Amino acid sequence: MTTTTTRPEAPAAARPARAARPRPGVLFTGLAAVVLGVAAAAPWLLAPADPDAIDLAATLQPPSPTHWFGTDEIGRDLYTRVVHGAGQSLTIGVGAAAVALLLAVLLALAATLAPGPVATATDRVIDVLFAFPTLLLALLLVSVLGPAPQTLVVAVGVGVAPGYARMVRAQLLGARRSPYVEAATALGHRRTRIVARHVLPNALRPLVAVFALSVGQCVVWASSLSFLGLGVAPPASEWGALLEAGRAYVTVAGWLVVLPGLAIVALAVTATALGRALQSHLEPGE
Amino acid sequence: MSSATVTTHPTAADAPVAGPAVVVENLRVAFAGREVVHGISFAAERGSCLAIVGESGSGKSVSARSLVGLAGPGAEVRADTLAVGGLDVRGFGERSWRRVRGDRIGFVLQDALVSLDPVRPVGREIAEALRVHGVVPRSGRREKVLELLRDAAVPEPELRAAQRPGELSGGLCQRALIASALAADPDVIVADEPTTALDVTVQAQVLELLADLKRAGRTIVLISHDLSVVAHLADHVLVMAGGRVVEEGPAGQVLGAPREPYTRALLQAVPGAGTRGQRLSPAPQVPLPPSPGRRRSAPGADGSPVLAAHGLVKDFPLPDGGRLRAVDDVGFSLRAGSTLGVVGESGSGKSTTARLALALESADRGSVELHGAAWSGLAEKHRRGRRGAISVVSQDPLSSFDPRWSVEQVLLDAVPGADHPTAAARRARVADLVARVGLDPAVLGRRPLTLSGGQRQRVAIARALAPDPDVVVLDEAVSALDVSVQAQILDLLVDLQQAFGLAYLFISHDLGVISHLSDHVLVMKDGRVVEEGHPEQLFTPPADPYTRRLVASLRRLETRPALERTTP
Repeated sequence: MTTTTTRPEAPAAARPARAARPRPGVLFTGLAAVVLGVAAAAPWLLAPADPDAIDLAATLQPPSPTHWFGTDEIGRDLYTRVVHGAGQSLTIGVGAAAVALLLAVLLALAATLAPGPVATATDRVIDVLFAFPTLLLALLLVSVLGPAPQTLVVAVGVGVAPGYARMVRAQLLGARRSPYVEAATALGHRRTRIVARHVLPNALRPLVAVFALSVGQCVVWASSLSFLGLGVAPPASEWGALLEAGRAYVTVAGWLVVLPGLAIVALAVTATALGRALQSHLEPGE
Repeated sequence: MSSATVTTHPTAADAPVAGPAVVVENLRVAFAGREVVHGISFAAERGSCLAIVGESGSGKSVSARSLVGLAGPGAEVRADTLAVGGLDVRGFGERSWRRVRGDRIGFVLQDALVSLDPVRPVGREIAEALRVHGVVPRSGRREKVLELLRDAAVPEPELRAAQRPGELSGGLCQRALIASALAADPDVIVADEPTTALDVTVQAQVLELLADLKRAGRTIVLISHDLSVVAHLADHVLVMAGGRVVEEGPAGQVLGAPREPYTRALLQAVPGAGTRGQRLSPAPQVPLPPSPGRRRSAPGADGSPVLAAHGLVKDFPLPDGGRLRAVDDVGFSLRAGSTLGVVGESGSGKSTTARLALALESADRGSVELHGAAWSGLAEKHRRGRRGAISVVSQDPLSSFDPRWSVEQVLLDAVPGADHPTAAARRARVADLVARVGLDPAVLGRRPLTLSGGQRQRVAIARALAPDPDVVVLDEAVSALDVSVQAQILDLLVDLQQAFGLAYLFISHDLGVISHLSDHVLVMKDGRVVEEGHPEQLFTPPADPYTRRLVASLRRLETRPALERTTP
């Protein structure tokens, strides 16, 4: 008797079902999410010191056991500042994502379910907005409204909204043309009932996961604007602002840029991974 | 891995070794430790066709794929003997397999459209096979490609070789795929459901091609669930169920006088003109509770049709600005308690006719009347209140259910609130519907995704019955089902029709199913009705050449010695 194990070359006819046990990636993401959550809600638990405490005796210290992330040009502990900045960064990210999806859903609804001319016009508006680079759109709003955390939320939200609007629009169209909507039509159900029971729930359900994904994206955009000096003003320890502040010392104290940068990456990756996990959990797969 | 076993290509000097071309003894296949094929043995003589038949999950496909080393990712294939074309292929690694595949063993898959590279002209696909196996020198390759296409009965091979799979019809793709499988002139051809995705008349051409290959001395291992295909081609038949061989023997004996009850049930489940009025499945009739639903004033009791169509025309715009006439001057009338069958190939306009009857599509010309009153051409809001009188069951029930909903939600949604004002009444109605279609009430809490094909179709039928309709449009409603499940659903449809006086508009590409069920048949081709009449009439020489081909394709199985049927 001989045993042959065929390598995965045949089409997926007999591919075994995906294992249901939690993968290490999910556990790690969950842990990171908990740490970020604690940092945002109760930063003093992770970093009891005052984030604005100045220590002129220890300026531009590299990372060490006493100052995990080192210190800045006036001796403030960078670790404490990063932890205390998490709340603001996350608030801006979540706020901007909420603005973006709300706007996207409204635009997409108008583009698909409104009467003909309104739908067509909205469709074109989405296309034009989508053609604008995100940063340009956001910059435009900041320059009109003036730099402030609230402005940042609106600007980033509006900036990323067109992309989501197109996605939601495609979802709505897909659901509206689906066989189950046709089946409901054949049963003689009213249009409003079909939209409320089938089209909206099926089209908008993926947004739960998309929201988590877009938080990560928004944090990065908001940090970019802060870095350009168009977001949160320097004394605050928002992560983009930390980057901006550290920019001048990048050659002598690289950690001032690298470590807050890593925090932004960690937040974005965590939000994205969380979104993906949520997506595969919520979507009725094969 | 013993890749040294294959060193030479078969040449003229390689005189065929005596003995069978394929020998399999005690073949076992397991996935992740779970055995799906439990030690089967078979052999195929040179120049003959061995058919493996069975329903989904019987292990027939995996067994055949083991012969070409494509049992699937993670498959553990074990056997005492696994010899193909005189080669012991046990313990072959991927490299050895690649050398034999296409060279000694050709493999033809079910769906040519996905098996062929969509962006590569089919001629180059075949040339690739020639190049890999070094059959002919580069200079002679093009000529050989054309020759292979010609042998595979592809008309205008020069033109076809330059076309991509998307530009060819399904039948031509399948023949091109066979041509590429034959490129290196293999002795053994493994064909896994080679005609399943094809229209009946195209199917006949592909079968003819395979029969020619057999006559030319090739050995064919044919996998099929379709007994009429098997009857046409096979010399020896193996019936599989649950990963074991249930019965085997010469084709005439197995298909004509089967010994095993399983084979007998399988054969009796095949519908045809001779099975009208008989039950196809051994399952007993589901006791039908009296319908508590509303009854309209005895529909069609006066003999007037419940659904009638006159001169329907439907055009669809084409991307190049032209128009495609999908339905051309189609008319019919359907009486209560009767079945109108519409048969035709894909693209013949039968599904569009169904959609026009349901008023899900508006006709460009002509009209549809429901209960003698205007139905098509109305605004949807005037139609909505009467939609309960006509309902639909589609080929793919799963996609017609909201993916978020459980079976119970799907059915509750379909129960008209006007007739069943309280939640308790609606629940009672759902329980009644589930019983009527022979479903276990336990499925109510489940999602349709987790149900079997037959259960899903029963849910779809229950939903169609929920508004207590007079007409049910069944669009290829049993086409995706295994033959035994199809038999149960067809029996159920007959029972429901008798109990509730339903009228069916039954759309199918399968003339066997149509003639089993219908009182009157329309044969459609290219949007037109080419022939119509009582199903018996269609068999006493059909006037239309297309209908003759259709009937001929059905005849193959019917001409076997008649089986004794058990009529419960």
